[in-house]
Amino acid sequence: MKLIVNGQTLEAEAQSLAALLAELGYEGDWYATAVNAEFVPGEEREQIRLSDGDRVEILTPRQGG
Amino acid sequence: MGLTVYGTTLSSRLLLGTAQYPSPAVLAEAVKTSGTAVVTVSLRREGAEGGTGAGFWSLVREFGVHVLPNTAGCHTVKEAVTTAKMAREVFRTDWVKLEVIGHHDTLQPDVFGLVEAARILSEEGFSVFPYTTDDLVVAERLIEAGCAVLMPWCAPIGSAKGPIDVDALRALRAHFPDVPLIVDAGLGRPSHAAAVMELGYDGILLNTAVAKAGDPAAMAGAFAKAVEAGHAAFHAGVLEPRDMAVPSTPVIGQAVFS
Repeated sequence: MKLIVNGQTLEAEAQSLAALLAELGYEGDWYATAVNAEFVPGEEREQIRLSDGDRVEILTPRQGG
Repeated sequence: MGLTVYGTTLSSRLLLGTAQYPSPAVLAEAVKTSGTAVVTVSLRREGAEGGTGAGFWSLVREFGVHVLPNTAGCHTVKEAVTTAKMAREVFRTDWVKLEVIGHHDTLQPDVFGLVEAARILSEEGFSVFPYTTDDLVVAERLIEAGCAVLMPWCAPIGSAKGPIDVDALRALRAHFPDVPLIVDAGLGRPSHAAAVMELGYDGILLNTAVAKAGDPAAMAGAFAKAVEAGHAAFHAGVLEPRDMAVPSTPVIGQAVFS
């Protein structure tokens, strides 16, 4: 299915958000996720089913002012 | 007495941003010389090379200070609220430096969205540090929304102009004697920080003026001294300006030679 992950359109096999993170190589507890602008806590990623066209954001710590 | 925000007493009144330093090593040195107890951070997409976020987060944890995540770059309530929730999970803190930007050129806060986002986040248990203007009514609304700290700008972010409306800052201080007031944004040099602290402000949040200095670590130290000096001066009672000269040496007992 086609997903928009961090602004990039890509083709993914994963059906759940947790599977998508694994598929894209995101490991560790320093990532936060949102699907279609809604925050998805880590413990809910398994339950979140992805649909064609979903917008996924995967964010990580960065410098800030 | 230290600065107490949301029940946490901080050992320093200087809060430091972590962006724009020449290198992570220079950032680490600046954090050390600033003596800060709070650094601001953000959330962004991982770079193409990966590992950037993990490396930075590991560095920040080594500082051993409180972390204040921001919602920089958010232009809507929805973006800011979602970003705050994401930051709470990653950084494991309820603190959020709430920014809802209303104007691209001035990075002026959208104060209407700010109040709305502050209300939502306060109800969800966040400790909100709102980046706001020096507007008194907005400040009142933010407090009603649940904010127990206010962070007014003193000039646009990164402008280095220093306090451009001292009367407005003074009015905020007078109206909210018990609310911690931290000037966030617009400072260029240590004398600006001292001037704000002399008004009775509780703290200063800095980034560009330190990060873009020729020697960021030395500048961080200079700001730390200015913040302390201004704070001590406020409590010592600053002499108000007078229109006429007043001799400092006693007049009585002066010799008469003619």
